[in-house]
Amino acid sequence: MQEANVCQCTGSRAHRLPPPTAVSSGAYGPFDASDPGTLIPLMQATQEEFGYLPRVEVARIADYLGLSEARVYGVATFYNQFRLEPLGKNYIQICSGTACHVKGASEIFSVLRAELGLEDASTSKDGLFTVDSVACLGACSMAPLVNVNDEFHGHMTAQKALKLVRDIRAKERKAQ
Amino acid sequence: MSKINVTVNGRPVAVDAGSTILDAANKAQVRIPTLCHIEGLEPTGSCRVCSVEVEGRKTLVPSCAEPATDGMKIRTNTPRVLLARKQMIQLMLANHPDDCLYCMRAGDCDLQQMAEDAGIRERAWRRGEHRSHPVDRSSPSVVRDPEKCILCGKCVRVCDEVQGVAAIDHAGRGFDSFVLPAFDDELASTTCVNCGQCVAICPTGALVERSDLSRVWRYLADDALVTVVQTAPAVRAALAHVYGMSGGDAEARMVTALREMGFAQVFDTQYAADLTIMEEGTELLHRIQEGGPLPLITSCSPGWIKFAEHFYPDSLEKLSTCKSPQQMLGAMVKNYWAEQMDVPAENIRVVAVMPCTAKKFEAERPEMETEGGRDVDAVITTRELIRAFGEMSMDFEVLEPGEFDRFLGASSGAGAIFGATGGVAEAALRTVFYLLTGENPGPEDFEAVRGLEGVKEIELTLPDGAVVRGAVIHGLGNARRVMDRVASGETDYAFIEIMACPGGCVGGGGQPYGADLQRTAELAGELYEIDEKRVLRFSHENPEIQKAYEDYLESPLSDRSHALLHTQYRGRSQFSAEDEASE
Amino acid sequence: MNPTKDTITIIVGTGTCGMAAGANKIHDYFADKIGEAAPDAFQLKRTGCLGYCTVEPIVDVEIPGWPRVSFGPVTLDNAERLWDMVAEGGELPTEFVLGTHSDPGEVIELRDVPVLWETPFFRHQKRLVLKNSGIIDPESLQEYLTAGGYRGLARALEMSPAEVVEEVKTSGLRGRGGAGFPTGLKWQFAHDAPGDQKYIICNADEGDPGAFMDRSILEGDPHAVIEGLAIAAYAIGADKGYVYCRAEYPLAIRRLTDAIAQAEEAGYLGNGICGTDFSFELLIKKGAGAFVCGEETALIASIEGKRGMPRPRPPYPAQSGLWGKPTNINNVETVANVPFILADGAEAFRRYGTENSPGTKVFALAGKVKRSGLVEAPMGMPLRDIIFDIGGGVQDDKAFKAVQIGGPSGGCLPEHLLDTRVDYDSLVEAGAMMGSGGMVVMDEDTCMVDVAKFFLDFTASESCGKCLPCREGCARLKETLNGIVRAHRDESPEESLLRFQAVTMMEDLAKVIQDTAACGLGQTAPNPILSTLEYFQDEYNAHVFERRCPSGVCTALLEYYIDPELCTGCGLCVRRCPDDAIIGEKRHAHYIATEKCINCGTCRQFCPFGAIKVR
Repeated sequence: MQEANVCQCTGSRAHRLPPPTAVSSGAYGPFDASDPGTLIPLMQATQEEFGYLPRVEVARIADYLGLSEARVYGVATFYNQFRLEPLGKNYIQICSGTACHVKGASEIFSVLRAELGLEDASTSKDGLFTVDSVACLGACSMAPLVNVNDEFHGHMTAQKALKLVRDIRAKERKAQ
Repeated sequence: MSKINVTVNGRPVAVDAGSTILDAANKAQVRIPTLCHIEGLEPTGSCRVCSVEVEGRKTLVPSCAEPATDGMKIRTNTPRVLLARKQMIQLMLANHPDDCLYCMRAGDCDLQQMAEDAGIRERAWRRGEHRSHPVDRSSPSVVRDPEKCILCGKCVRVCDEVQGVAAIDHAGRGFDSFVLPAFDDELASTTCVNCGQCVAICPTGALVERSDLSRVWRYLADDALVTVVQTAPAVRAALAHVYGMSGGDAEARMVTALREMGFAQVFDTQYAADLTIMEEGTELLHRIQEGGPLPLITSCSPGWIKFAEHFYPDSLEKLSTCKSPQQMLGAMVKNYWAEQMDVPAENIRVVAVMPCTAKKFEAERPEMETEGGRDVDAVITTRELIRAFGEMSMDFEVLEPGEFDRFLGASSGAGAIFGATGGVAEAALRTVFYLLTGENPGPEDFEAVRGLEGVKEIELTLPDGAVVRGAVIHGLGNARRVMDRVASGETDYAFIEIMACPGGCVGGGGQPYGADLQRTAELAGELYEIDEKRVLRFSHENPEIQKAYEDYLESPLSDRSHALLHTQYRGRSQFSAEDEASE
Repeated sequence: MNPTKDTITIIVGTGTCGMAAGANKIHDYFADKIGEAAPDAFQLKRTGCLGYCTVEPIVDVEIPGWPRVSFGPVTLDNAERLWDMVAEGGELPTEFVLGTHSDPGEVIELRDVPVLWETPFFRHQKRLVLKNSGIIDPESLQEYLTAGGYRGLARALEMSPAEVVEEVKTSGLRGRGGAGFPTGLKWQFAHDAPGDQKYIICNADEGDPGAFMDRSILEGDPHAVIEGLAIAAYAIGADKGYVYCRAEYPLAIRRLTDAIAQAEEAGYLGNGICGTDFSFELLIKKGAGAFVCGEETALIASIEGKRGMPRPRPPYPAQSGLWGKPTNINNVETVANVPFILADGAEAFRRYGTENSPGTKVFALAGKVKRSGLVEAPMGMPLRDIIFDIGGGVQDDKAFKAVQIGGPSGGCLPEHLLDTRVDYDSLVEAGAMMGSGGMVVMDEDTCMVDVAKFFLDFTASESCGKCLPCREGCARLKETLNGIVRAHRDESPEESLLRFQAVTMMEDLAKVIQDTAACGLGQTAPNPILSTLEYFQDEYNAHVFERRCPSGVCTALLEYYIDPELCTGCGLCVRRCPDDAIIGEKRHAHYIATEKCINCGTCRQFCPFGAIKVR
């Protein structure tokens, strides 16, 4: 296991932060902090651990490898694999195909996003929901179509979608 | 060194081995337009605007990156090349706002010039997708407009490879790429040190300085206010270059121009440079006598200060506590001058003209104020000053020479050379020598600190035989290299001069566009010439400075000096979520 | 368990495609059966991909006294019959037997069972690289050795590195990843380059959609890749190497990881290989999802922990590659050819293929073809033979329209070019490109504009964004093509003009992108457009000027109408229409209001009388 805290780095290379979780957990690696090529495997291990790359871990990774945060962010946003935001517990996809669009899919979209307080992000702050629009799902006779956790709901209206979300939320609250 | 013989558009030329096609073209005096090329750095070959035809090659070839080989036949202006070049420009314009009339770069923009040269007279691609991103106005120094960015990557490279800051980088991929700080945070919350080197190198209006010119006009229009101005040495050097005259002539006309703008008083930052030398020279001697903290590191470069606060928070005690000349002069205006002239300090506005974008940040630092109020109220860059001349329809060349106002206008040659790398050290050494020996050195004794080498060293032998060693550094990338050694205790310097920008302030982020090594050397040369022609060569002999101490400050490092002319620093985080990440 | 010569062996093909067809369930079925019956009398093994994907899952049976026999497709419905034959001595099920693994011409005693290698799919193939795939257990080093593995490495170590380079040069092997650069020459450059540290990299990024040759080799015969890389390392003087494998191939990564461990233990990797003083450490780097990282210098940047962006060349990786050191990068298939060349000699390799393109090539034959899968053919075979002899011709016997070769970097060849021989130079002459070996067959129902758009959508989204022509140019090409396949009902004259203008500019821009892009991705991204423009100009004209899609694919351009002869007025379609575009009275022929129709095609799906048509 890497003894990351015990290092000789001084000056601008001196570590300000504890090592990344993927390093200190010992379950991954080993990760050679002096090799810049460690960056991608370390990010892959971090995403395996958390399901995405938490901002805090990105900072730790930058610190650990002596790279700027902007650089690590730049690498993370280049590759398809890396997610900087976790998916919400419930993944809601609203079909953006032509038929659904004509039947009011965008209204459902904006109503749900307003309900869940999503302005810039796709995922609600309580981590319960991610709302995305998705390319045509190919079931136009059931337009508008909403896919909730891999279950197709056809002939949706804004009202029905709202109720669906509220029901899920109530169930989640009860479970807590 | 073996020579390579090629022809460029039929002209034969011989170049050294290892040269690129672009080098060969330059030597043959054939101009090839470039966008992403940075002198002195490895080519990236990303903009493809410099593509040329090489006989025998299937595709066009990027001249900035392709090595010249013996016998190569290069053609830079065939119809095939011109068509490709036009297409490149059209593609850039397809993703660019139609903002030219209102853009800060209007009339002085690389992209605009390139489009004009290529004869582009209409948009080829209309109504297509374009990159979309809000403007970032968070920073007091730099305004970011990613929609005008053509992704040449020069800002990224300057920030990383030259300045060692790396606050921005390419993010995303393909068409949806942007140059961003980490997590697209606002620039003000990042490790950006405001040096403005990115602004100086940006070929479009994607990165520009925040303009404070309109605020300055408002001050000048307000009769209730007394608005005074100060200018840095590097500004007059730049004006000399722009208007084709000597540094001394440019200085004199600059004063007249500023009076015409309406400033009540025209002061000289160089005066405060002399003041800084008095305070900092004394400070250095104290530190040497008391055994530390050493090395004493200069503090007149606000880009360097912020850099130290982010990356070397443990070394802040080594920084001189002196404010920069800009701030010192402001403090003197609002206290000393206000008292002497019986003007209420709250009615005074101090404007500074600087070659620097970080000075805008410095002026807004919370600690930069005294009883008399904020030291400096507005900072404009050399570029903004030239724009002001334009707004006034003023012809600089026909102005009569003028003189700085008394009280805070006299300066020595030592003060003038502050704008060049090595200038602060040289000025300080002239006075420190005097303080130690009671005699003036030869003014040119410390010439070793001059020149564009990134790190220069100098030695001063004290009367007791002890040797004091110092270093002079310009460009933050070089600062990082030396500071890492300082932090690990590997150096024995007693003092270090650090200027954030390559070449020193003459290469500042606020200077006219088109900086290169040659121009930087020329501008520094103007300042050394001003110094040479001065009668007054030593800061400690400046009569206005002597008077200020007699009448007001008492002595260097006195209580009053400390209150007005000294400041403090604070460590800053290096990462965005640092508090959380530390848990 | 101790297999004896009386043990019956069942081998289930569990490459990724086999698994997608349900091979794991088949494997578990036999495992259960064996467990219940007599565990010691049977052996159950896994193997890789045989290449005959249309008939997966494939199960091989080795009964003492018989040659090995392949069966497929084996499903949970018919697996019992196979078990019956194996355990109870029942009838050999001839309906899904594929053939025996005998040598061609060998006389066998199984009636009605052909020799596998003489069946139509395999008859014209020449399996050198795929020799072990689908035959040996990829998790067994012993089986690899028994099949002749590591002989090449042993022979190479008896020669000098320069001699090894010469052997590969003589063989004429050319890069199988796409460009076809002579491999021996590449090794020569790296061998000659001065440097204290050199690297070998194996490009296993295989990003072309629809290409899975490298995956099958890695999953089915990982030691062949290891052996090839060790030979390459010895030849150029490298002591460290990486296999850069895309993360989307977890099974390949797992098999390779295990094989490397086995090789290290047995002394074929690590320090002092085969008792000599040659040492070679092989590591795996996982890709992170970027097609552009299949390009050599972008791949290097990725290993260096950077954004996968290409670098200007020269300097080439052989001079200055990974960390600025001399580096040799080869594709998986190229590397898999190397052991054979060293073991049997360059001349043995040159016996196959053509003068300028010796050896074989593995193709991923897919699309509207009867028999699809991985096909290894000698270079120089006419396209027609591959598609119609090996592939069995066009599905449903529809008319052949084009074959797309080389993935997103390649081109479409029409019928009159079917006699083109498949080798590097002939394909380039014809306006296509070998690429990694993807071969997609298209019939009359394929819209060539749609094909170009599909590939351009892909390359545009995978563009790294570094260079202007690819980043901005591909986006504009994409927009132009999208403009062609969209409906334009309420288009103003100005909009029409802009659309036409864009189309005229499209070809010029495509050529400029080819001429100026910084790497292979950008340089070849316009190929699908340019080749379809050349051979299928009429389809483009129909889309642009007549706003019509002749193949009926571009839904936005189709006009839906109801045939009044067939319509019974049942009204089913009316309910389904999302835009209420169908009008009519019950029991009377209905009518589609074209202005309201959004071309979703739902009505057509639901009409029980086939009365709704397109034109």
